[in-house]
Amino acid sequence: MPDDTLYCATCKKERTRSELASTLLVCPDCGHHFRMEPYERIATVADPGSFVEFDHDAPLKDPIGMVGYRERLAEAVKSTGLPEAVITGSCAIEGNPAIVAAMSFSFIGGSMGSVAGQKITRAMLEGVERRVPVIAFAASGGVRMQEGIHSLMQMVKTSSAAWRLDREGIPLFIVLCDPSSGGVIASFAMLGDVIIAEPGAFVGFAGPRVIEKTINRGMPEGLQRAERQLDRGFVDIIAPRGEHRELLARLMRTHPVRSIRPTREKRRGEKR
Amino acid sequence: MTPDRTIEECLNELSNIAGADGINLSSEISALRRKFSETIDEEKAWSLVRRARASGRPRASAVIADAFEDFIEMHGDRTYADDGAIIGGVGLLGGKPVTVIASQKGSNLRDTVSRNGGMASPEGYRKALRLAQQAEKFGRPVITLVDTQGAFPGLGPEERGIGQAIAMNLREFSHLRTPIVCVVLGEGGSGGALGLSVCDRLLMLENSYFSVITPEAFASLVLRDPSKKKKAAAMMKVMPEALVKSGFCDGIIPESSYGEDLSTEEIIRGIRESLLKEIAALSRRDIDELLERRDARYFSF
Repeated sequence: MPDDTLYCATCKKERTRSELASTLLVCPDCGHHFRMEPYERIATVADPGSFVEFDHDAPLKDPIGMVGYRERLAEAVKSTGLPEAVITGSCAIEGNPAIVAAMSFSFIGGSMGSVAGQKITRAMLEGVERRVPVIAFAASGGVRMQEGIHSLMQMVKTSSAAWRLDREGIPLFIVLCDPSSGGVIASFAMLGDVIIAEPGAFVGFAGPRVIEKTINRGMPEGLQRAERQLDRGFVDIIAPRGEHRELLARLMRTHPVRSIRPTREKRRGEKR
Repeated sequence: MTPDRTIEECLNELSNIAGADGINLSSEISALRRKFSETIDEEKAWSLVRRARASGRPRASAVIADAFEDFIEMHGDRTYADDGAIIGGVGLLGGKPVTVIASQKGSNLRDTVSRNGGMASPEGYRKALRLAQQAEKFGRPVITLVDTQGAFPGLGPEERGIGQAIAMNLREFSHLRTPIVCVVLGEGGSGGALGLSVCDRLLMLENSYFSVITPEAFASLVLRDPSKKKKAAAMMKVMPEALVKSGFCDGIIPESSYGEDLSTEEIIRGIRESLLKEIAALSRRDIDELLERRDARYFSF
């Protein structure tokens, strides 16, 4: 990642990425959380050296043969240095094994296409397989429009995987980062047992521009911010970035995974 | 003679004339040919979108009235409100009870306003889930009828968790222990339509479409030119035939016969027959096998 300039809109000050490294890209004056890339993100919570990536080389896909999409993907890979909009893998957090997924808003708006959806799903199912908690950091504008129906299906797939975690008694911890919206908020990102949000993160389904167009007036300030979503009951905890590691470790201690599947028949009718 | 044939003939003629004069126009002609075929694709896709949105389309209320017997409408999500954009209830299909959940755009101006043009709020999705879980309890198949531009992008729905409501439906419908058949009547718009579309079998009317986002929004967001909505419709492959090919759609219910449009009554009869056939086939299957297949259907994407 180049040492680019980050502009803090609240403080009206320019910062450099390296200057903010020690504060985890949080403005030391006002606490504004700048967007963070997946590998840096995982490093903020994982024990050093514990992260083992999954599916790094999953081939990119163009399922409906969309004109210009392959070029767009190649450009995103080049500019971000990432293989796709999500990085997944296993790690340990204060010694507790976990599966982790982190999205990148820089990669085509963090959009979830078939590869990103597959990686998230596979990560969740790996949690079932290993019987360890799954942690997902959402940062996305929604599903990848260039993959048409295949992108929408990722919403069903990831939600269906969340159902399996429910059935198997595997915790799903979601961390909503800026922005968490569209098809991601209408699927796995709202299905966590615990939903954490970063301060000030945009959390909502429809983007402000779409809403403005529909209601013909501006959005009231802060309506789709994490703090408001806490008030409305859609978020459990707002936690600054610096506290994520400790918080996730505490959640893992308080949500120990039972070694076998829960025997209690679920209300939703598991018969076996 | 179809218009594209005429163009084809013109191009051949042009090629012959040029050839006779010793001029090579082959690259220009193939560029023209490509342009014409693109234009035809765009016009086809866009005219489909327009037909799917037309006010005279068979509405869910008409399908419910004519395809089912003894329908009783149920109201409300038991939490906050009743959302008129989604109709739900119980009726008989060929003498057997089924739960019907449908997006309803409205049959006249007043009705359209009260139903928010079929754009559902969280309460609509929560009502749908409540009724679907009841269907599971009573062992009734679920039939969903989809016709919406998308979920309602407004302040209230955002404050009451439209994303969460759709997410819950995706999670729960994906493992609901009863057969689910979905029929797309007109518009299948984005996540809002998806919230009623998780099923074992998905059928589409001939003049319906299903799209990740409206062609208008795709044009302005991806193509960066709002006037390119026709191109957007073609690029996103929203037509039933393309969706059959991708494995999303399992069958197309005809709206025409030998080039003639069928009447609304005839179309609804076709929907009813398809539903009877699908429900009968699904009901014969063991429920665990059905769920495995449903899982496989979505995990294949």
